This record gives sequence, C-alpha cells and structure tokens, in this order.
Amino acid sequence: MSHIKVKIKEKDLNTIKQICKSFNNEPKELINVLHKTQEHFGYLPAEIQEVVAQELNVPVAKVYGVVTFYSFFTMLPKGKHPVSICTGTACYVRGADNVLQEFKRQLGIEVGETTEDGEFSLSCLRCVGACGLAPVVLVGDKTYGRVAPDGVKAIIDEYKK
Amino acid sequence: MHLLVCGGTGCRASASDSIVESLKQELENKGLSDEVQVIMTGCFGFCEKGPIVKVLPDNTFYVEVKHEDAVEIVDEHVIKGRQVKRLLYQDPEKKQSISDSKHMDFYKKQIRIALRNCGFIDPENVDEYIGRDGYMALGKCINEMTPQDVIKEIKDSGLRGRGGGGFPTGLKWEIASKNNADQKYVVCNADEGDPGAFMDRSILEGDPHAVLEAMAICGYATNASKGLIYIRAEYPLAIKRLKIAIDQAREYGLLGKNIFGSDFEFDVELRYGAGAFVCGEETALIHSMEGLRGEPTIKPPYPAEKGYLGKPTNVNNVETFANIPVIINKGANWFNKIGTEKSKGTKVFALAGKINNVGLIEVPMGTTLREVIFEIGGGIKDGKKFKAVQTGGPSGGCLTEKHLDTPIDFDNLIAAGSMMGSGGMIVMDEDDCMVSVAKFYLDFTVEESCGKCSPCRIGNKRLYELLDQITQGKATMDDLQRLRNMCEVIKDTSLCGLGQTSPNPILSTLDNFWDEYVAHIKDHKCPAGQCKDLMKYVVIEENCVGCTACVRVCPVGAISGEKKQPHYIDPSNCIKCGACIERCKFDAIIVK
Ligand SMILES: Cc1cc2nc3c(=O)[nH]c(=O)nc-3n(C[C@H](O)[C@H](O)[C@H](O)COP(=O)(O)O)c2cc1C
Ligand code: SF4
Ligand code: FES
Repeated sequence: MSHIKVKIKEKDLNTIKQICKSFNNEPKELINVLHKTQEHFGYLPAEIQEVVAQELNVPVAKVYGVVTFYSFFTMLPKGKHPVSICTGTACYVRGADNVLQEFKRQLGIEVGETTEDGEFSLSCLRCVGACGLAPVVLVGDKTYGRVAPDGVKAIIDEYKK
Repeated sequence: MHLLVCGGTGCRASASDSIVESLKQELENKGLSDEVQVIMTGCFGFCEKGPIVKVLPDNTFYVEVKHEDAVEIVDEHVIKGRQVKRLLYQDPEKKQSISDSKHMDFYKKQIRIALRNCGFIDPENVDEYIGRDGYMALGKCINEMTPQDVIKEIKDSGLRGRGGGGFPTGLKWEIASKNNADQKYVVCNADEGDPGAFMDRSILEGDPHAVLEAMAICGYATNASKGLIYIRAEYPLAIKRLKIAIDQAREYGLLGKNIFGSDFEFDVELRYGAGAFVCGEETALIHSMEGLRGEPTIKPPYPAEKGYLGKPTNVNNVETFANIPVIINKGANWFNKIGTEKSKGTKVFALAGKINNVGLIEVPMGTTLREVIFEIGGGIKDGKKFKAVQTGGPSGGCLTEKHLDTPIDFDNLIAAGSMMGSGGMIVMDEDDCMVSVAKFYLDFTVEESCGKCSPCRIGNKRLYELLDQITQGKATMDDLQRLRNMCEVIKDTSLCGLGQTSPNPILSTLDNFWDEYVAHIKDHKCPAGQCKDLMKYVVIEENCVGCTACVRVCPVGAISGEKKQPHYIDPSNCIKCGACIERCKFDAIIVK
C-alpha cells in the first residue's frame, strides 16, 4: 500500500508551504515541519514529502530518509479508530502479546495495516506510562487498562457502527 | 484545605480528570469553592492503587477513587471532618487501613529528592514551585556563586548521570565550561526510550520547573545561553506542561535576559523526538535535533567539544537535572551523605511487572533489591514465586534470587551482570520464560537498531533468529555456543552504546538460567510453560464435566464436544491463548 497516489489540493499545498515558512524554510527544522504536517494531514505520503523537500530546498531522498527512520511518522493513513497496543516490557510480562494476537484475529489485519473499510488500524507502541494498568490498549486517545484477550471483542464493538 | 488529585498518565488513564470535575462541582454545590481548592498534581508514584486523592492538611491518602466518590469525600471529609474509611489503603498483611502515606510500606523506605514536588504541587502553576523553594538555587548561583563554585559544588556532591552511563555530572560540566565558543548549548535528554519506564516523563509532568531551573544553573556554570529539551512526541502531557512552565518562567524573568537582575541570559526551547530509541544516545540525539536521521557518530569528539551545530553542548538526563537545585540549596555535603561510596544520592525506578505495587519509587543508592521488591513493591503478584528482576532495559540484564541482597548502585549492578540503566525495573515470576524475555528484548533491538554499523544491524537479527529457534525447540547445543560467541563479537565491535549492550539480556540469562535454555533444546520443553510451539492444550477426560464454558470462551472455536460429555481441543486450530484454562472451574484442561 506504500505506493498509494494522492493528489494534493491547492489548499493543502498552501498549508504545507505555510508550515515550512513558519519554520523559516530551514533544513534543520525538517523534523518539526514533518511533525506539524503529519498533525494536519494524519500521514505523510510521498507527494507531501516532495513539497516539503522543495520548500526546504533539500533532496526528496533526505526527507524520505527521515520519514522512514522515525516510527512516529507514517506514510499510510491511519484508521478512523487507531488501535495501539502497548508492547512495553511491563505490558509484555502481563500478557500483551495474547491481546495483540486477538486484535489481529478479530480485525483481520496485521500490525501497521488498516481495515478495508478504513475504520480500524493497528499499531504497537512502547510504554504509555500506565504500567500499573498493564496490559494497556489505546483506541484513539482513550486508554483501556488490564485488557484480557476475551475483552478484546467488547472494545472493538464499542467503535463499530 | 486542599484536595490533591493525581494527574499522572496512569491515573488520567483511569479518568482522574473526571474526579477533579466532580469534586469541583460538589464543592460548588455546597458553596465551598472558595475554601477548598482542588489541584491536579503530578504522579504520586503509587500507580497500582490509582487514581489517588490526597487531602491536605491532614494528609489523608485515598486510593482507587472513582468520580462517584466525590460526593462522599466532600460530605464526609470536607464538611464533617470524618475520613471515608472505605477509600483508605488497606495494608495487605496487617489487614488494617492506613490513612497517612508516611506509614505505608510503599513510602516508608523512600527518600524523594528528584520527585520532591511530584504529587505536591500544581505543575501548571509556577507560584507553587516557588512556594517550595523553587528558583532559589538559581538565585543563589547567580548572586552568590561563581560558575567555578557551582561546578565544584556539583563535583563534591558526587552526582552521577541518571541517563544510564553514570558519568560524573560535575566533571561533564567542567569539560563543557572549559571549551570556549561564541555559542554553547545545554541539552536535556528527555527521550526516555526504555520500554516499560516512565521516570523522566513523571518528573516532567509533575515538576517541569525543576528541570528548567537546573538547565539554567547548568547554563550559568558552563556559560551557555541556550537550552534545548529533546522530548518524545509521544509524551503530549509532558510537552504541554513544559510549554506552560517555559512561558511562566519567561514571564517572571526566570528565563530570558537579565535573570535576577544580572547580565546572565538563558532561554529554553523544545525539540521533538519521533519514536527512535537510538535517539536517546547523545550523538544521535544531537543529529536528530539538527533535522537529520538519528544515527550515532563515533566519540570523540564528545558533545562537550563538538555538539549541536558543531558547538560545545552539555547533555544531561531529566532526573540528573532534577537533583541539581536541591544540591545547590542543601549543599554537596548533605547530598553526598546519602547513598554508597561511589554512587551518591537516590535513584528513581519505575517498578512494574509481576509485582503487587506497581509504581514510581525513589530510594537511596545502596537499598537492596529485596527491600525494593518485597517491602516497597509488596512482593510478587498472586502469591507466585519470584524468578528474576530486569534492570537497565534493553541494555541490562536479569538478576535472580542470589542478587536480592545486593545493594543497588552503578558498580554493583554492573558487577552482577546488569546495569542501572535509566531506571526501569521489571519483576518476573515463575511463569516467565527467560529465553522469551531475552527474545523480547532482541526483538526490540532489531527494530530499533539504526543500521549504521553491521555488527548491530545484522548480528542482532541473527541473535534473534537463534533465540527464536530455541523457543521453537529447533536449536542444538552448538547453537548456544554460537549464541554466546556472537554476543561477544557484537559487544566488542558495535559503534554505539545500543549495539555494545544489546547482547546483555542474552548473556545474563545464559549465565543465570542456563538450565532453562538447555530444557528448550534437549527436552523440547519450556519450564515456564510460555513457549507456544512447545506446548499443547489437552482436556483431561476424567475431570471434564462437559459444562461447555471452554467452548464459549475459545476465540477460535477449537474446542468441541457434547453437553455433559468430555470435550476435545483440536491442536491444529488451537492458538494456545490459554483462555480455556482460565475459564475451566474443574481443572480439566492442562498444558503438556
Ligand atoms: C542506545 C542508547 C539509548 C539511550 N537512551 C537514553 C535515554 O532515553 N535517556 C537518557 O537520558 N539517556 C539515554 N542514553 C544515554 C545518553 O547517551 C547520555 O549518556 C545521557 O543522556 C547523559 O546524561 P547523564 O550524564 O545525565 O546521564 C542512551 C544511550 C544509548 C547508548
Ligand atoms: S550499534 Fe546499532 S544503533 Fe549503534 S550505530 Fe551501530 S547500528 Fe546504529
Ligand atoms: S509497558 Fe505498557 S504502559 Fe508501560
């Protein structure tokens, strides 16, 4: 899916340019620019990276190199309800893997993918700072603590239309 | 009267914001809003029993509070002056309730220096920080001390870096101060990459001004006028509170030009990480701040000579900084009386895993692992047997029963085959397979290796594959030798600290749990019963009453059978999740 094509609208093009300008089009601000851009669009497809490269006057390869280096940046759109499973050590020893497997099974997707209908996406993150509630799952901003595999369905159902 | 509600990430996940709202609402209903203040603080540390509400001045400590409890707290405690007994902490052994946190085993052995204000002040209000001697140390430095005096004080205190390496902080400052340049920088490393650790985050969320003040002191000592905090974008609450703190400090003239009427100037900006563990390494961190891929470079040159934008840069960890103002205020001789001979002061640990009291603790160096796990931590969950404790995260190792009485300090932990690391401490019980734990860390390292040097990029992947073979029962005894050799090579030849320490989880488990590795290889058995490829779920026909509970709970429909007849688990469908065992009331399902 990493080759999905997007067409950037005139309005969005201006937004990207504005963001770059707010950092004085400085190459050393690349990561900050990408943070702001991803905040706005939700993800960073190749076409957006090209515009950023042009504005900051750096090679597209450099922008791509940075985007792919950092796990916080994504080139794929997330689902409407992004599900993140904490796989930090505390959650791991309290059974996060079983919870992850169950989410994969119920949603029928792998980590890093989005369901066909665009509703759910699945990712892992490391320690959200709520180790007392391990294993922890986030759906959007909402945190679920002490999740067991047989509680996974109920969580997903909350977000099903 | 004050009602303090924990606003740490853990308690907020249990909706502590709605407790604040309910308390405020209830106070307003009763016309008490002016007399009683509700304050959202940073983390109290006792995350296991959160959300926590503390009442001042009588120090009553309520645990596991829900927003519905607000009415009772206001009616009973605030108005009638009677404690709400059912919300008090119950001592699990003495079976009595304890109302003041001072008397709880969890807090008794702790000394809070870095965490001194967490849970006491509103982190979004600079006046509260100032009310607890905040910015006094900065004033003292500027008005009464020369930069050399400050450096000497920090050197005499014996403070060593809390970010993992344990490098003497005073010495680091001295080196930075001696390198002349038109611009120097002070950097705070708030990347906190150890998965399962949340010390730095809690300090930033609970007491952001302490870090700002310390950075300014460091700027004064090293003659740097710019500070940068490199913080993970995954810490939105800490970022928000830091932003507020920076604005307030600027407004009060505590950051900016002419601080305390002197000609010293210092200001702080934030830089965001983007989810790469290796960026915690200081050279990688600096490259990341420059907008590049966060790849480490060979040291020397050290950041103190050539750092951010090629200028001398002093990098310290959040917790290291949090100790500074106290050292200046109370003096090096106060600080260096705490701790052991070569490790002074305290250390904050994020205690987690199979332990009763998960939370954030701060203990003097020299406290033993036994005290931490069994007294402060309240022992192992569900009455199980202690097996190992992992310190130092992906760079550290697993310590066992025989290390329990080792006093914790930088050197002892290294001698025992682990390391202090940044302060993650994960407790494991008899159900944890040590080969799998090593594999878990290697999985992490493989994902986080930046790929710049081949021993780490390729070697760790091979290590992971070997461990994977072992957990599947497909390895030979020769592989164990191969595993050990490869560990040594990777340690010796990797470019940065990540690769140089990544084999530690394997080496320490090989040393301490050799038999467990052998059991996987020779007997094709996982003694802890965790390696799925080595186990099979079966029904014991004599015990099965055919209640069908397991059929209903099995997520993949692998169990079949008639009502009131013994059931059968289809091994080709079974995903070995263990749900059926947990549900069965008749002990009719076992793992073979
Ligand atoms: C792979 C790797 C990851 C690191 N991660 C961190 C980190 O998350 N936080 C931190 O403060 N130091 C981290 N360090 C240590 C830093 O390189 C550096 O030593 C430290 O920030 C110096 O501060 P201190 O002297 O106050 O400890 C890491 C080092 C390595 C090799
Ligand atoms: S040791 Fe690993 S993380 Fe460090 S430079 Fe080499 S590849 Fe990168
Ligand atoms: S490890 Fe999952 S919240 Fe800390």
